[in-house]
Amino acid sequence: MNISILAFGIARDIVGASEFDFAVEESQTVGELKQELVRHYPDFAKLASFAIAVNGNYVSDEHPLQGDDEVVIIPPVSGG
Amino acid sequence: MIDIQLFDTDLDTQYCTEWVSTPEAGGVVVFVGTVRNSTSEKKVVRLEFEAYEKMAVSEMRKIAEQAAERWPIRKIAIHHRTGVLYPGDIAVIIAVSTPHRKAAFEACAYAIDTLKETVPIWKKEIFEDGEVWVAAHP
Repeated sequence: MNISILAFGIARDIVGASEFDFAVEESQTVGELKQELVRHYPDFAKLASFAIAVNGNYVSDEHPLQGDDEVVIIPPVSGG
Repeated sequence: MIDIQLFDTDLDTQYCTEWVSTPEAGGVVVFVGTVRNSTSEKKVVRLEFEAYEKMAVSEMRKIAEQAAERWPIRKIAIHHRTGVLYPGDIAVIIAVSTPHRKAAFEACAYAIDTLKETVPIWKKEIFEDGEVWVAAHP
């Protein structure tokens, strides 16, 4: 299935778009998605860290993805 | 009572101070985070803030609610900027009122420290000779 992913901050620069479609297996976990993202965009491995938010909340690597999820790449935050 | 807002216009310290003030609270602590004019001795020209807005608001609300569980907060306001800011501009205001001062200081420190760790807002520093996403790389 294809999921739509939003990218902010340096994640947008790495991907080259603020929103993009990405192919994942059915019930693929967030941890597996992160590995796939690093494979496609090796610059993610250079970041201090990056998290994934699903439907507006941080989720663990074990969290399974669904096709209609709002998936967002959260590079290291720097508000304040 | 919690007031969480993102603005793309100037923040208002006086508004936040007055909003959290209440006769029940003998202590009001206001943290004002401003844009510094240099980083590692490099002159900062401007900062560009962006937010994943709906989650930034919900994460700031979680911080306010967690603070209210730990301290006897009467009112708390967290206002954060997005967009282009210049040295001296206000990036964030956290105002807290509690019956006694110690709790207000502690709750305010907790709120800004946690905001910097969890709220999905990013800033890019623009120098005279380059730019960098703050905290992105180890």
